[in-house]
Amino acid sequence: MEFAELIKTPRVDGVVLHRPFMPTVEGTLCLTGHHLILSSRQDNTEELWLLHANIDSIEKRFVGSLGTIIVKCKDLRVIQLDIPGMEECLNIASSIEALSTLDSVSLMYPFFYRPLFEVIEDGWQLFVPEEAFKDLESMTDEWRLSEVNKDFSVCPSYPSLLTVPKDIDDESLCKAASFRHGGRFPVLSYYHKKNGMVMMRAAQPLTGTNGRRCKEDEKLINATLCAGKRGYIIDTRTIAVAQQAKARGGGFEQEANYPQWRRIHKAIERSNVLQEGLIKLVEACNDQSHSMDRWLSKLEASNWQSNVKEILTTACLAAQCIDREGASVLVHGTEGTDSTLQVTSLAQIILDPACRTIRGFEALIEREWLQAGHPFQQRCAQSAYSNGKPRSEAPVFLLFLDCVWQILRQFPCSFQFNENFLIMLFEHAYASQFGTFLGNSVAERLKLLLSQKTVSLWSWVNRPQELERFLNPLYEPNNLVIWPSVAPQSLLLWEGVFLRWNRSTKCLDEAYQEMVHIIEYNKELQNKVNSLRRQLAQLETEDGPLQTP
Amino acid sequence: EGHIQTLRLDCVEYVKLLNKYAEKKSALGTLYLTATHLIYVEQTNNARTETWVLHHHIVSVEKLPLTASGCPLLIRCKTFQLLHLLFQRERDCQDVYQSLLRLSQPVKEEELYAFLYNPHQNEEDRRQGWEFISVANDFSRMGLSNDYWEISHLNKNYEICSTYPSILGLPKNASVAVVTGSAKFRSRGRLPVLSYYHKDTKAAICRCSQPLSGLTSRCVEDEQMLQAISQANPNCPFIYVVDTRPKLNAMANRAAGKGYENEDNYSNIRFQFQGIENIHVMRNSLQKLLEVCSMKSSMSDYLTGLENSGWLRHIKSVMDAGMFLAKAVCEERASVLVHCSDGWDRTAQVCSLACILLDPYYRTIKGLMVLIEKEWISFGHKFSHRCGHLDTDPKEVSPVFTQFLECVWQLSEQFPCVFEFNEHYLIEIHNQVYACQYGNFIGNCQKERLDMRLHEKTFSLWPHLLKNQHLYRNPLYRRSLESTVLRPSTLPLHFKFWCGMYNHYDRGMHPKQSVLDQLLSLTQKQEEGERTMTELQRLAVADGVLPDPSGPINTPTEQDSPSEKTPTAPFVQSNGSCLPLVNGDAEEAGPGAEKCIDKEGAEPGATEHDLTSSEDKPVSVETEHSKEEVQESS
Repeated sequence: MEFAELIKTPRVDGVVLHRPFMPTVEGTLCLTGHHLILSSRQDNTEELWLLHANIDSIEKRFVGSLGTIIVKCKDLRVIQLDIPGMEECLNIASSIEALSTLDSVSLMYPFFYRPLFEVIEDGWQLFVPEEAFKDLESMTDEWRLSEVNKDFSVCPSYPSLLTVPKDIDDESLCKAASFRHGGRFPVLSYYHKKNGMVMMRAAQPLTGTNGRRCKEDEKLINATLCAGKRGYIIDTRTIAVAQQAKARGGGFEQEANYPQWRRIHKAIERSNVLQEGLIKLVEACNDQSHSMDRWLSKLEASNWQSNVKEILTTACLAAQCIDREGASVLVHGTEGTDSTLQVTSLAQIILDPACRTIRGFEALIEREWLQAGHPFQQRCAQSAYSNGKPRSEAPVFLLFLDCVWQILRQFPCSFQFNENFLIMLFEHAYASQFGTFLGNSVAERLKLLLSQKTVSLWSWVNRPQELERFLNPLYEPNNLVIWPSVAPQSLLLWEGVFLRWNRSTKCLDEAYQEMVHIIEYNKELQNKVNSLRRQLAQLETEDGPLQTP
Repeated sequence: EGHIQTLRLDCVEYVKLLNKYAEKKSALGTLYLTATHLIYVEQTNNARTETWVLHHHIVSVEKLPLTASGCPLLIRCKTFQLLHLLFQRERDCQDVYQSLLRLSQPVKEEELYAFLYNPHQNEEDRRQGWEFISVANDFSRMGLSNDYWEISHLNKNYEICSTYPSILGLPKNASVAVVTGSAKFRSRGRLPVLSYYHKDTKAAICRCSQPLSGLTSRCVEDEQMLQAISQANPNCPFIYVVDTRPKLNAMANRAAGKGYENEDNYSNIRFQFQGIENIHVMRNSLQKLLEVCSMKSSMSDYLTGLENSGWLRHIKSVMDAGMFLAKAVCEERASVLVHCSDGWDRTAQVCSLACILLDPYYRTIKGLMVLIEKEWISFGHKFSHRCGHLDTDPKEVSPVFTQFLECVWQLSEQFPCVFEFNEHYLIEIHNQVYACQYGNFIGNCQKERLDMRLHEKTFSLWPHLLKNQHLYRNPLYRRSLESTVLRPSTLPLHFKFWCGMYNHYDRGMHPKQSVLDQLLSLTQKQEEGERTMTELQRLAVADGVLPDPSGPINTPTEQDSPSEKTPTAPFVQSNGSCLPLVNGDAEEAGPGAEKCIDKEGAEPGATEHDLTSSEDKPVSVETEHSKEEVQESS
């Protein structure tokens, strides 16, 4: 096994582990192909099991022969290992570095992980496009499921089955695809049952500098409009950025060619800027020596909260066009795999109560992120502690989760899941024993045979034992559209993620437990009252009217 | 509406109340001015909305430049409410402007609302209301008098210090000569006296004003006074002397014959500056904060504005100082003497915050009343001046008390289960401080209040708050955690902007569903459920569905305290805690079930004072009536 070559020192005794807000642990450090393990071999001390894939970067320091490795994780945790012996420390460090940056996907842990639970409901089969289309068919017959991308040749980042307007044939789709970046022609993202309006998504049109046009593309999106109605194109880029894209062959829909559409430009940042923001934010959160002024100024400079606000604002705009203006919407940015998906998925959370349930949210992530071709593997290759030159990593998905958390905070009773569910998804997107977030597209996942060789995250999460942790005790289904406030005062720093390792959660956990307790006690009380009432009522019918004492 | 009509001084129709976020939504309404309130009534198709603003809450009225749509008037309130009215006629606008200027800035105390307001209580109720919160009782609760400390009546005629209360906690071994001598060496005679005695460590928090040390002066009695405080704590050989001001400010005071303690002259003191800014800096900071709050700004402008206002930096400095005190007392077992310049602003903030950190009693609904009564009202925090109750020097106004409330809120965010009260309580106290509807916060010190005969002419706020305590309860409160000293994190990132206070009236900014309200309504449901349960159980026992309670079933009545008040409803506890149901489900008992007796034990009935249920006029509320209700009342 080739991992063995990378592990020069598999075991070191007398290693001391330091973690914030936890007692230090002394024990034996072991390296396996996928884990860093520290165990004190005492009964009641917690062991540390860290996936190598979770390690973002490491630093080493030496004082005499005592080496120290600072391990910075993708889930933003920072731990420190004191390792006696210079050579041991160097060996461990180089092994961690090698094992945490394996190139080949098929060497990743999910391919080796064997679940200790029985898979009852296979997550890989849970959210197939055919099922989603059945739901759509029950509401409208204007759409069809096209197999034009069966072999992923029309659009490598799209799934094989796509929902398109009924009247547009596959040949037109191919032509439209050749007019859109990466072949991502406009497809259905969401159907708003309430008024029959739709949201579509695509990549930028390839108009270039000489204003190329494509009749099929125009026909395709016009087919989604009702007679005499105008639609909205939401371009997630500023007009300036969209103009610049023309020079590189991209561009935006010209009014002259799309007279029935009104184009609105927003300003969601591109992914490399988002990555810088994440690095700055986490740096600010981890530096405990800041004065108040410095902290606020660093928070501002990271632009993270601004990004959250901009993404949410754009999602609200899309939702507003659909629900309030009664218009259909097309959303795109450049590639249609990042900001576009943030907007379309958040708009659905605002509009569609189904997306606020656990199953519905899982389906949304499958539909709008995994199958829609968000390149998880590239984007989540590194997190906030990446020190190399950024390639294509970016916290696009984390920002989406942050926005969901903001809505959840403002509507704490409207979601079936709680904050832990969102944090869990963040963790698994970056490092996981499950195969769900591996690969960059459906095509890649098929090639990797993920559904045969790995376990789906959903197979695990949806087990009642696990689900319990993620259920929101306050949940009461709410069938309304939920409009979040995007005022700066209403958007908070997501402490559950960014301050998670910088604070003691004891008091907050107690509060949560207390809340659960109150709700459960209440339910039980009501049940007991009802059952006693029933018993008494039964007696009454048997014995005739009661004398009230 | 008839009610408003009879009281009105003025009434203007076709006034628009502009909505900051949706101008289209603004409807036409009628503006009424009564002797006490500004009332705006908006009548849309099927709903009537009333906005009541107390004149005392108005901090400024500003006529904005004429626009095409009318004459705008901007009204800012001390509760951080902002009303943007639009009049059709310039004359109406001018009239209202003039009236409001007059009504919102009374010149004499007797014009304050509290002197008109009568919650339909008789004199006995009034007297009981005023006696309900007693500083003397709190001294006994702390364990005074004891071997080291005693309650002294030296100041009973306010002769030693006119701005101090009539009873003072003093070290037993401080002679009268030392006390009076020390007072003469302290600014405005505010000598070192006891603020809080920590039973467990025998350490004390004492407070005073700056010494009149100038560049070289010293005073033997003052030195002996500090010595006496030090000797009153057998557990620590030194005391901390904390000057809460920035060092530079304290040094500047030396030139004016004031200043701070010279460590060389006092034996065994450890001197420490804390760097809390003065009232003028705080006033300007709030001003800037409010500008940020009222702007519709980008995230970046908002965060920059928040930083530039310095507000959270100041909140942190108060918290840091409070923490220093609490740590000294509970970890080093050292007594602390605290002062600033006059010892009635920063000193009050820091002492009261330390009390909350150290003593769980002050985290209860009643305890906070006691604390405010003790550290703020009786020790002469100048509420009249700081809140600008009367048309006086605007440079005396400062949000010192607001900052204290915010510190408590910040703590409650870090420790959601340790406070008996919720955010509404803090906001209501804040509103009441400025409302002058009750007499508690009128005047600048005890002597002034006595001279004004407030206890005869006005009513006390506390019974009113207690009557509504169900609104102010924190459903997550856990008595089991009560003994702990709070050790909050004071890292900058743990301080938040208090949207619920400074943007209180911008409902659109708040979460649309409130966890607190949800839990409060559950608690209420629970109380009803428990009542029903008792009733049903009784029927069931009578019917033989359940065995007799003298059997194996634990009924609450048996295991409950002997001071059971309401035998007909044994489940109901004034603190809303759950009690066991039937069939030995005792482990399901809710928070605090094991401790049903109020900590004060002796007076659980205090909460049950028959406070005549009078319809209180809202201080500042928005109510919505359905059409039916409106028709019925008109």
